[in-house]
Amino acid sequence: MEYQSFLIKYAEIGIKGKNRYLFEDALIKQINQALKKTEGGFLVSKESGRIYAQASKPFDYDEAVEALKKVFGIAAICPMVQVEDQGYEDLKEKVKQYVDEVYPDKRFTFKVAARRANKQYPVGSEQMNRDLGELILEAFPETRVDVHNPDVLLRVEVRHKINIFSEIIPGPGGMPVGTNGKAMLLLSGGIDSPVAGYMIAKRGVRIEAVYFHAPPYTSDRAKQKVVDLAKIVAQYAGPIPLHIVNFTDIQLYIYDQCPHEELTIIMRRYMMRIAERLAEQSGCHGLITGESIGQVASQTMQSLAATDDACGMPVFRPVIGFDKQEIVDVAEKIGTYETSIQPYEDCCTIFVAKHPVTKPNLGIIRRSEENLQEKIDELVEQAITTVETVWCR
Amino acid sequence: MKEIYFDNSATTRVLDSVKDIVVKVMTEDYGNPSARHRKGKEAEDYVKAAADQVAKTLKVQPKEILFTSGGTESNNLALIGSALANRRAGKHIITTRIEHPSVYNPLIMLEEQGFEVTYLNVDSQGHISLDELKENLRPDTILVSVMFVNNEIGAEEPVPEIGRIVREAAPSALFHVDAIQAYGKYRIWPKKMGIDLLSVSAHKIHGPKGVGFLYINEKAKVKPLILGGGQQRGMRSGTENVPGIAGLGLAAQEAYTDFDEKISYIRGLKDYFIDNVSELDGVCVNSPKGEGSAPQIASVSFEGIRSEILLHALEDKGIYVSSGSACSSNHPAISGTLKGIGLKRELLDATLRFSFGIFNTREEIDGCIGALRELLPLLRRYQRG
Repeated sequence: MEYQSFLIKYAEIGIKGKNRYLFEDALIKQINQALKKTEGGFLVSKESGRIYAQASKPFDYDEAVEALKKVFGIAAICPMVQVEDQGYEDLKEKVKQYVDEVYPDKRFTFKVAARRANKQYPVGSEQMNRDLGELILEAFPETRVDVHNPDVLLRVEVRHKINIFSEIIPGPGGMPVGTNGKAMLLLSGGIDSPVAGYMIAKRGVRIEAVYFHAPPYTSDRAKQKVVDLAKIVAQYAGPIPLHIVNFTDIQLYIYDQCPHEELTIIMRRYMMRIAERLAEQSGCHGLITGESIGQVASQTMQSLAATDDACGMPVFRPVIGFDKQEIVDVAEKIGTYETSIQPYEDCCTIFVAKHPVTKPNLGIIRRSEENLQEKIDELVEQAITTVETVWCR
Repeated sequence: MKEIYFDNSATTRVLDSVKDIVVKVMTEDYGNPSARHRKGKEAEDYVKAAADQVAKTLKVQPKEILFTSGGTESNNLALIGSALANRRAGKHIITTRIEHPSVYNPLIMLEEQGFEVTYLNVDSQGHISLDELKENLRPDTILVSVMFVNNEIGAEEPVPEIGRIVREAAPSALFHVDAIQAYGKYRIWPKKMGIDLLSVSAHKIHGPKGVGFLYINEKAKVKPLILGGGQQRGMRSGTENVPGIAGLGLAAQEAYTDFDEKISYIRGLKDYFIDNVSELDGVCVNSPKGEGSAPQIASVSFEGIRSEILLHALEDKGIYVSSGSACSSNHPAISGTLKGIGLKRELLDATLRFSFGIFNTREEIDGCIGALRELLPLLRRYQRG
């Protein structure tokens, strides 16, 4: 017996009142996108609070499940076997066969929950529950019935065809991408920022990304690594335009004009300013960073405040309270970790001072930035006009 | 922007004539040499012709040439294959501290299998001491493996002398030479030099990637590592890479045609480069001029500049070079060449390798020196810390 379709359950969007259809449509669109990459020729439809994805051609089951597990908004995925209505006796046979094949180990408790959506069907749902339960007990004596807390909840849905299903594969949760606006992710190539992007995208936010490239101090391979990371995040978040900013001249100018131990913090303030400008240009409502309190000198509370001061847009830092290991755990789960740990230097560390300030005083930092007045606006303009955008999908 | 390619020790551009024969074999004479029909025979002829061409350059017999997938496989087969075949005679192997990873990683594997490996030191020029070699040769020494020229700094090892010493002091031991950077740059005559096994890669001599050979003295015992359909007399199964082998044969022949002119041309480029680069501030040349050092390799350290940054800055100007490969091994005996020659710690990470070839010109060197003159002060101004 083969699975031909999926019942897809969603959680949070169920509570969205009158806007519900918007969320459902967005979810269906994302499911379609995800399943398009598989071979099943899936037809995705909405039916009384449920979404069905029905294959029209043979497909690779594992591949389809993997694709669905990356669609935000899905709470659970139930693979279904669909059978034609060829009489009640035939249905009983099919149910027996289903249980036999899906559960090689028969030591489980179960409950049958039949549902007769097609009221023309001659047998009522209560009757079906009893008949099918008895049938399974007889066929597989090791099984036990437990109506309160069964290991297996076997569902039989009689519609124009009959759906048999019992497995529940957890989805990623969250909300469908595209239902909560758009934000600009500062993507560095490290472990934290792709995780931050993933977490915000999970709440339904569309993502754009910006990367600061500093040739010759950072290499083409470092840039490629960021593109690769954006592509992995895009598997969840949908296509991501990655804006690559050439940051070298700004960095060297700051190096020339400002105290060396303030270099990192001032550099980060300019990154925020440029990211904000790009965000405004592309209709984003906020910035996203992978900062986590205290992880490095530039992420102390004082440094975060000093960085935050540089831009007006809200800055979202979803991993702010995470320990490194907690971030690594997510990175491993979403598949960015292996790429993140490739040893190519990013532009934040190339000129880092031996003893960078860890408690920057905003007044002092602002005064240092006055040394940049002569050329910085021009350099920032130039950086913004020469941005290279790569679509990562 | 015109490309200036000074990374010929990493790989080389394929000769047009080599490209033509590779394409011809791929698209016209694409038979399997093991096939019984005419197309198979044609393919087999290419393999035989290539063995002849290669054998001639070494003054050895064609049947002593075994085609492989390249230098790494040749080194693996030479070391592991000969160690396995001769383990009853002894389990002691001698090599140097500055070998390529495709030599020392198989040796580490053999150590784990119970073989004992002695690593010879090198002096500040990268040369081993013949006395140290003599002291370490033992009755149970079955293999001595030394590179002909070092890939990072171009140091020439005294191969004929080593061959003589091994013959005299340990006649049953095999002498393996990693000649991957040397073949095509030196006249290498294994029979005269006492070499039993010699590893070569095609893509260092304007041939294709993915092909090379191992010369195996007909008297040497070596166990095959790749087993299967018994091609190449059972020494290396798998359908022969006929296009690659044909390309290798031609590239080998070309390398030794007008040989002296080519080598003096390349050496001229290297010496000209060293003369000019030495005049720049804060520069330390690790490869001597003239005989005694590989004609194509110039290793240069630049004080106060991380090699990778200079590499990318040169790349931005269309100039391609290599950074001195940092030693990635945790094995205590293996130092990496730059450490092995006692280079100052602060220069280890500040060293680039410029390697020249027949396609390079003096004008290109002038361009590169000009770029360095411009970049060095700029890069020194902006530093970490």
